[in-house]
Amino acid sequence: MTEGGTPDQRAVTTVRVALPHQLRVLAGIHGPAEVQVAGNVTLGATLDALEAAYPPLAGTIRDRETRRRRAMIRLFADGADLSDADASTPLPGVVTSGQQPLRLVGAIAGGA
Amino acid sequence: MGEIRVLVGTSKGAFVLTADEGRAEWRVDGPLFGGWEVYHLVGSPADPDRLYASLSKGWFGQVVQRSDDGGRSWQSAGNDLRYEGEPGTHQHFDGSAQPWRFTRIWQLVPDHADPDSVLAGVEDAALFRTTDGAMTWRELPALRSHPTAAGWAPGAGGLCLHTILADSGDNQRLLVAISSAGVLASEDGGTSWELATTGLRSDFLPDPEAEVGHCVHKLARHPGRPDRVYMQKHWDVLRSDDHGYSWHEISGDLPTDFGFAIAVHAHDPDTVYVVPITSDELHFPPDGRLRVYRSRTAGGRWEPLTAGLPQRDCYVNVLRDGLAVDTLDPCGVYLGTTGGQVYVSADEGEQWHTIVRDLPRVLSVEVQTLP
Repeated sequence: MTEGGTPDQRAVTTVRVALPHQLRVLAGIHGPAEVQVAGNVTLGATLDALEAAYPPLAGTIRDRETRRRRAMIRLFADGADLSDADASTPLPGVVTSGQQPLRLVGAIAGGA
Repeated sequence: MGEIRVLVGTSKGAFVLTADEGRAEWRVDGPLFGGWEVYHLVGSPADPDRLYASLSKGWFGQVVQRSDDGGRSWQSAGNDLRYEGEPGTHQHFDGSAQPWRFTRIWQLVPDHADPDSVLAGVEDAALFRTTDGAMTWRELPALRSHPTAAGWAPGAGGLCLHTILADSGDNQRLLVAISSAGVLASEDGGTSWELATTGLRSDFLPDPEAEVGHCVHKLARHPGRPDRVYMQKHWDVLRSDDHGYSWHEISGDLPTDFGFAIAVHAHDPDTVYVVPITSDELHFPPDGRLRVYRSRTAGGRWEPLTAGLPQRDCYVNVLRDGLAVDTLDPCGVYLGTTGGQVYVSADEGEQWHTIVRDLPRVLSVEVQTLP
């Protein structure tokens, strides 16, 4: 286990990622995804690890080509909105310590 | 005894409807992919147990799923569809230049002989191919490099390549339809393309007979007569007898020639079906009566088919992929509506029955006639 935000470069940290229903179905899981993040536990490294561990999720959270977050996916950790945070942003200690998941939320956008 | 499998894509998932060849008792399975917009669900002619599904959603983008066992189980396939080179721009609604951007797959067309080979028509309009069962995709970039492409503009549904007609007798011949650009034809497997819009007239265009800008809603043809192609355009029903290179109107005595869907009888290239819709502003059947019209004369003269279809207070639409046929004799005709009804006629359209009444908005209907 590493300390939040400043982990050992060589350490591997288990991060839980809570996904919306449709993405859980795609990934074939019922609860949060668990991913192994090597080195600094940043937002970008965690999403990279998520896509590597669950290939069907590739392209569903970030655009395949631009790597930018899809407009109606929001990212939260420890109550903070990280949706527009840089990929290099470290995840907070409650996430890297396993107490809370990184949350991916489908934006409430109305419609049918 | 054979089996009919109807593959229904809806705005909230997919459904599989099965019956024996009597087509009277139906089993409804689903939803598959609940919550996803399933623009197309289709089987391989070469291997009916190989199915492909195009799933998309504003939140999560495009996903492709594949089944190798007739839909009992599914696996994720490749969804990495990238335009070749610098995508450039096309025209936006307001005339401004809009960068080409991949949004979704509208149509998947498996090869008639190879279940691993599939063409995909996408939004923004382009053509892709896989030869490994949808695991990887490559664009056929000549289409999007056509000299007129920078002037293509979207219809209300986006700049979508919604129809691909591949000639099973000559795999070099392709026709594609793009809303709202028109039709393009290739004689060399997609290496080069020619506009196939001669004879189209769209009064909303500054030049009604312009080369591009026509909102073609759907093309259909009989596989045994590939040069004869039918078109439901925004307004007008048309026919070409020369693989799309020239068109003439066959609306004849239809009550309105606006509509989206068109299908050809499985055994008679002269018999064609449309579902007239009131107008471009009123996307429901005229007079609240859902009527399929059939021509047995390759257009021009049409007869309404109403038995078993709602003839009052019906204000659903039938979208461009909402009409399909099976290959039994007599030919079965299938109709899916935006109200979630799927109807079947087991006798060429004479008498209709409701298979299922309360599905989500039906986006596509495909029929597999299984041995």
